[in-house]
Amino acid sequence: MAFRNDDDKKAYWKENLSLLAKLLFVWFVVSFGAGIIFVDALDTIHFFGFKLGFWFAQQGSIYVFVALIFVYMSKMKAMDKRYGVNEE
Amino acid sequence: MDVQLLTFIIVGATFALYIAIAIWARAGSTNDFYVAGGGVPPVLNGMATAADWMSAASFISMAGLISFMGYDGAVYLMGWTGGYVLLALCLAPYLRKFGKFTVPDFIGDRYYSQTARTVAVFCAIFVCFTYVAGQMRGVGVVFSRFLEVDIVTGVVIGMVIVFFYTVLGGMKGITYTQVAQFCVMIFAYIVPAVFISIMVTGHILPQTGFGATLADGSGMHLLQKLDNLSVELGFHEYTSGSKSTIDMFFITFALMVGTAGLPHVIVRFFTVPKVHDARKSAGYALAFIAILYTTAPSLAAFARVNMIETINGPELTGTSYAEAPSWIKNWEQTGLIEFTDKNGDGVMFYSGDERNEMKVDRDIMVLANPEIANLPAWVIALVAAGGVAAALSTSAGLLLVISTSVSHDLLKRNFMPNITDKSELFFARLAAGVAIVIAGYFGINPPGFVAQVVAFAFGLAASSFFPAIIMGIFSKRMNDKGAISGMIAGIAFTAAYIIYFKFINPAANVPENWWFGISPEGIGTLGMMVNFLVAFLVFKSTDEAPEEIQELVESIRYPKGAGEASAH
Repeated sequence: MAFRNDDDKKAYWKENLSLLAKLLFVWFVVSFGAGIIFVDALDTIHFFGFKLGFWFAQQGSIYVFVALIFVYMSKMKAMDKRYGVNEE
Repeated sequence: MDVQLLTFIIVGATFALYIAIAIWARAGSTNDFYVAGGGVPPVLNGMATAADWMSAASFISMAGLISFMGYDGAVYLMGWTGGYVLLALCLAPYLRKFGKFTVPDFIGDRYYSQTARTVAVFCAIFVCFTYVAGQMRGVGVVFSRFLEVDIVTGVVIGMVIVFFYTVLGGMKGITYTQVAQFCVMIFAYIVPAVFISIMVTGHILPQTGFGATLADGSGMHLLQKLDNLSVELGFHEYTSGSKSTIDMFFITFALMVGTAGLPHVIVRFFTVPKVHDARKSAGYALAFIAILYTTAPSLAAFARVNMIETINGPELTGTSYAEAPSWIKNWEQTGLIEFTDKNGDGVMFYSGDERNEMKVDRDIMVLANPEIANLPAWVIALVAAGGVAAALSTSAGLLLVISTSVSHDLLKRNFMPNITDKSELFFARLAAGVAIVIAGYFGINPPGFVAQVVAFAFGLAASSFFPAIIMGIFSKRMNDKGAISGMIAGIAFTAAYIIYFKFINPAANVPENWWFGISPEGIGTLGMMVNFLVAFLVFKSTDEAPEEIQELVESIRYPKGAGEASAH
């Protein structure tokens, strides 16, 4: 077995799930939240010539998506190392 | 030099490049053919995934769609990019660790069931054929407009090229050709967008030009102008939506989940050496895709203003048909622009109400954009090469999934388990060849419902594969019966809803008749929920998955020990 003990295995998975939950929360807020549900409210704010809700729907959410994946990648890399389950 | 000669030269040069790469990267084993030997570096895999994903629809149609839809076009922008977050966080690393060749492989092994495998194979083949017919059509449209050959010849040329490098190189050939195609396609998309952005707003980056003030000295913002024009001409305001909030939500969600469940995208993550690389290449893929996807809405807005001003004139009184610019005449020949002089004054007028005299097809916006903006001939030729690259790269990826499903999942795993590697490779090549011919046939004789079935493909992937894979990874105890009944219930529900509104009773396809106001495009989201719910209920009343399967699931949850993707 790759983990040092069973507790480590459980802790690793739990930590992974909590990271997923945080990142997917951001994913949801920028796209479904800012781009769709609250779009009308945000559209009253102007942002570099855009209505803010419109900007999130057609530009901003995509930039955040890219950032989320890179954050996940680097956090997981550190976590794999900490638990000794990284690839050689 | 005239446009046509330049187009021949540029498109010809890109074809020569693809063929050279195919010869250099030909496949020697099934491992090469299915997953490129599992040795593709993450950055290159990211580019290949981006090219695989961005189809003729992304390249040719999307900006045009947004141009006509305004804010509502965001469903495609967010839907087709947000799925990558799900893919990178919830699917790709675990499937890479699992280390098999195909999606049906995962479903079949995880749910220890040939039935599950077979259901998955047929879903995969259906989704891929739906898509590939549209791609071949895209090649045909580009060829017929820019090279002035007829659509049949265009499709045949496209088929021959794809046949050559798919059959010869398999995944390995496809991957490296897709890297080249990505470069061609992104360059072809960005160049005209930058030119137009500078002309309209003085900004080099289309992404900032989108929100900038116009360069004509009026001090008005581009989007403000577009809103004013839209309202004046009887369209809805460009930056506000016409779809209901719930429908926007469901369509976006279905496209995201569908993206994450599409077999030709998932299979790309089997080609990298390590689990960490799978996460990384999903990140690169989305970054590369984002270049095109953040440019598209800008291009859409510029194109809209340019088109309205060219047809209606700066005073919005219309312009004389006799002096119409050459792009209008060029596209009239393809039937994608029509002018009906209703009031008989010889003047063209475009609007969203009864004054309208123009019919402009949305699909021409990207291709006609350089002509509308009077860009140099080489830019027009470049756009043609980009459109062909987009269509070819996606077709090749889809055809590979079809051929793998037949030779690996059906023949090797079902009917001929003792087949040698060499004859399996032969069958894979044969299946790819047959699939190309069928796809070409649909490209030349498109069934009238190609556009409708696209919604179907996404809904199907969203309501079948995605929940089955997610439960396979995140629930150790989910069993075969739960997963199979979930998949069948999800697909059946989604298919029934779409078939009813699209084919049986299209007249009823209005918001008043939709369940909860959800259009057929967005119903995959509800289908996904049905899948989860049915799987859970069946699982609760049957035995949980056996011990060895639970151990298998635990072992895919951490990276250590990921070997090459293999058949054993």
